[in-house]
Parts: sequence; C-alpha cells; structure tokens
Amino acid sequence: MAAPTPRSFLQVAATEEVASPLLVVQIEGLAILKIIKHCKEFSPALVTGQLLGLDVGTVLEVTNCFPFPIREEDEENEAEGANYQLEMMKCLREVNVDNNTVGWYQSTLLGSFQTVELIETFMNYQENIRRCVCIIYDPSRSSQGVLALKALKLSDSFMDLYRNHNFTGEKLREKNLSWVDIFEEIPIKVSNSALVSAFMTELEADTPVTQCDYDRLQLSTNPFMERNMEFLIECMDDLSMEQQKFQFYYRSLSRQQAQQQAWLQKRRAENAARKAAGEEPLPEEDPSNPVFKPVPEPSRLDSFLITNQVSNYCNQINGVAGQNFSRLYMMKALHEN
Amino acid sequence: MAANEHTVLQFTSSSASLSARVHPLVIFNICDCYVRRPDQAERVIGTLLGSISPDGTVEIRNSYAVPHSESSGQVALDIEYHHNMLVSHQKVNPKEVIVGWYSTGLGVTGGSALIHEFYSSEVPNPVHLTVDTGFRNGQGTIKAYVSFNLSLGDRQLAAQFQEIPLDLRMVEAERVGFDILKTTVVDKLPNDLEGMEASMERLLALLDDVYKYVDSVVEGRVPPDNNIGRFISETVSSLPKLSPSALDKLVNNSVQDNLLLLYLSSIIRTQLSLAEKLNTAAQIL
Repeated sequence: MAAPTPRSFLQVAATEEVASPLLVVQIEGLAILKIIKHCKEFSPALVTGQLLGLDVGTVLEVTNCFPFPIREEDEENEAEGANYQLEMMKCLREVNVDNNTVGWYQSTLLGSFQTVELIETFMNYQENIRRCVCIIYDPSRSSQGVLALKALKLSDSFMDLYRNHNFTGEKLREKNLSWVDIFEEIPIKVSNSALVSAFMTELEADTPVTQCDYDRLQLSTNPFMERNMEFLIECMDDLSMEQQKFQFYYRSLSRQQAQQQAWLQKRRAENAARKAAGEEPLPEEDPSNPVFKPVPEPSRLDSFLITNQVSNYCNQINGVAGQNFSRLYMMKALHEN
Repeated sequence: MAANEHTVLQFTSSSASLSARVHPLVIFNICDCYVRRPDQAERVIGTLLGSISPDGTVEIRNSYAVPHSESSGQVALDIEYHHNMLVSHQKVNPKEVIVGWYSTGLGVTGGSALIHEFYSSEVPNPVHLTVDTGFRNGQGTIKAYVSFNLSLGDRQLAAQFQEIPLDLRMVEAERVGFDILKTTVVDKLPNDLEGMEASMERLLALLDDVYKYVDSVVEGRVPPDNNIGRFISETVSSLPKLSPSALDKLVNNSVQDNLLLLYLSSIIRTQLSLAEKLNTAAQIL
C-alpha cells in the first residue's frame, strides 16, 4: 500500500468540495476495545455509544469513542443524556482527543439490528454530519472466536426514499431499489499507534495457544445455532405476516377496481338513459363516492428490513455451519489417529 | 528500602496478598493519552477505575487522563476535571470506582507522592500504576505500587512505595486477537473461516511439535522429561474413549444436522430472491 502523502490544510480545504465516497472505516484498536468492553459488560442488554474521529478523504477514521448510559424513556433523562454527551465531549477535548462525532456504535443480539430505529437514528446523525457510520458489535458471536464488528451506512438512494416516505412498489421499482440496497457495509481497517503496537508485542503471552483459538475450537455450537434458528423462524413468521398484508392489499385493490368498473357501467347506462330523455348527463367521476377512495398501499419498508434480517441469519448459519464441518472432521481425524 | 524486621519504623502493611490485574483497554488508553499529550508535558497522569475482588485483587478496568502541570516539585492537578469525568463514567457504569492512578514513566518520581496523597483522600489505599512509554530500559515496563506510610511513633516520616504483583494476562485482548492489536495496520478483519483456518494451522503446528518431541525422546536424542510425558499422556487420555461406530454415528449425526441447517438457509435464500422477483413482477402488472 502506498504511504498516504501528508496534505496541508489548504489542500484539504481545496479538495473538500468534491464529495468522495466513503470507502474504508479505519478504527483504532483503542476504540475497538472500548466498544467491546462496553457491549460485553452490559450484554444481553443492548447499549450504544458515540464514535469520535476524523473524516479524511475516502477514509473515516474512528480514533476514540465513549459509551452512553442506558437510556430510559423519560423527558428529564433525555436532557440529562444530552448534557452527559456535551460534558464528555468537552472533557475529552481537554486531553486532546478528536472531538468530532463520526457516528455511533451499538451492540446487537445475533445480528438482529436491522430495525426502523436504526434507520431513524442514522437519519438523525446524517442531518448533522455529512458522513457518518454505524458500528455494530455482536457480543454473542465473539464467544465463537469471531470478531463480529460491522460498519454500516444507509445507501444514498434509500435515504432519498426514506426522507420522502415513499415505500410504494412503484417508487421502489423506479429507483431499482431492492432489500439488499438498504444497508451498505463498509470494510473495516484496524490501525494502532506504534506505541501501542510496541506494548502489545511486549505483552503478548508466550503460549502458542490463545483464548481465541480455544473459543474457535469449541465443539458445542448447538445453543448458538438453536437461538439463530429460533430468530430465523420468528422472522419468517413476520415476513409471512407482511406478505399477507400485501395479499390483502392486492385483493382489496382488485375488488375496488371491480366496484369502480361496475359503478362506471351503471353511471354510463344511466347517462345513456338521461340522454335519451334529453337531460344533462351526470359526471362520470365522483370523488365523494367511497368506491374511489384510494386504498393505502402498505409500506414495504418493514418487509425489506425483515428480508434483510433473514438473509443475515442465513449468512450466520452458513458461516457457523462451515466452521462446524471443519471442527467435526478435525475431531474425527484426531480420533482415528 | 529493604524491610528490616528489626527496624523501629512501623509498616502499616495490611494487605500482603494485594495484587493488581490490568485490562488491555487501560494500556491502550494510556498509550493514546501519551501520544496526544500537550506539547510541553513530559508525562501524562490519570485516574484508574475498576473494582476490588473479594480476594484482594484490584481489577483495573478503565482509565481516563487528567490534565496536570508540573514544575520544579510543584504539581497541579485539575481536580474539577477529575470529578466531572468520574461522574460521567459512573453514569455509564456505577460499579466502576476509583482504584488508583497511573502515570507514564519508569518508576516512582518525586511528584508522585503528592498526587498519591490526593488519590488517598479519594479512596483508601490507591494503586499507582506506572507505564514506561519511553521504553527507557529497552522494554515497556509496567509496574504497580501501593504506598505505605513510614512512621516513627506518631510522626509521619515518608511514604514508601512498594511494588505489588501485576497480572498482565490479556484474555480480552486474546479474544480479539493479538494479530489485530499488534500490528499498526490491518486491512481486513478475518471472517469465520479464515479465523478457523489460522487456529487449525496453529493446532497442527502444536501437534507436529509434540510428535517431534516424542520421536526424539524415543530415539534417545533428547533426555526424557517426566513432566512433559505426564502432560502428553493426560492430553491423550482426555479424548473420550468411543468405539469407532459410536464415533461415526456421532460425527455423522452432527454433520447431518449442520447440512440440514445449511439446506434450510439456502432454501430460504432462494425463497427470498424468488419473492423479490415476484413482487416486482406483480407491480408491473
């Protein structure tokens, strides 16, 4: 990789106008450890926190973060939360930490993070910061020896649609947006200062086996798989509910169209009769008639999100099953030896 | 300052079994603060948060830097900042209390006694952690101290800093993987299977080592070591004794379970993509 050339502020300011796409999220080891500590200590409760860092060209650097206290639904507490945030930022700036918000992190349970709340939070952040990112950490998967960190952002086309609350089939088709296009996953890079790297080399244990290896070679993944399947089944139920909604919508739509046709024919017949009698014809459209009231089309957002979830679970199952196969065959080989 | 039994100086040594355990986050935090220290500052100091387990081990879980200034024997600590930060941290995790303070540099210096006195007023018997970020003796020395008052009768003579054992095993860091934390830049996080591969390679290498050792002992090239022998035989006997048919059955059952799950998940995926196609088709009609 070519070393990034240092740029002066002027150069940076000059290039600022061209919005370059966000390609990589670069996280400091410190921020990763902080996120993991916070998420793990409170697991299975879901927690969030703020990410601090810098936005440099196509790279979003996350250099520090701080946790939010667990939220309670209360007006007073909300103000307190905002205060806490300000106070923390002020304090961190005093010890020269980058105090530029670049997004937030949150923990999740088995990857069930695709919710409307996440989208709303993202939109809120997006209003204030041009470029922001959400980091998702899954403490339940880390017991499998996997570093389950994900950096996500909403795709631009989805944000456009969301702002206009347009989730009808027609609009989606127009934009060519499918459920895969809601979230964009951004590759994560980890960086450490030379000092940290020196200390970690110094402190690395001499033993050739680490905790990580033990976790990975653990044979009992059944509870994890079971939970995963349970969630998957729940999601499938939700999805079929959504599908039913659509079926209901289409059925009522076609019934309405039939009714409209019937009404129009009746009206035309009436008009023909009136014409024959030499009277004024009645208008062919009558907005006050309940038959013409458009049936509201259900939003597809929910079904999109659920679909995302389902595919996420499928990916997880695939991954873990793959691991299981290797473990099983290894165990078999060991026994045969 | 060797503790002499015949000395008239009285130690108030109440905690002989005191030891400390540092979590990797603290080291990371201290390093980060040191890198970001103000221009003229030579060292950074800060508060350590954590808990004390029943057996007397001090668990140092978290830390934050506190701005300070030092000049010719005088130390000024931003106490207000310290309290603000403490309140903020306790909002998130009330279980973490002050357990001591840290400073960069090698060993205890003159100004440390004053700061230690301040922290003693915050919490009884604080731990003083020093992290040598300058690598002055060629390695990053991390030490923990507690302070005892040396007194002659009622008179306070001095404070003695006594080193306490420090546990630096970084289980949390191991969970994340030293490979990621050790190097300055990692381009990509390993996914499920890549991590698995690395672990298996390591296991294979270990097995190879054991084979080699056993072979060379059998051939008489290496003097046998009873301890190692016992470890090996323990390891081998820890494999459960199963008849080949039972093992086959076990493995096959698990493999089939997993295959079924894989099959289900791919069916669902196919279903999803099919449903999407149908949905868009329905809109065109």
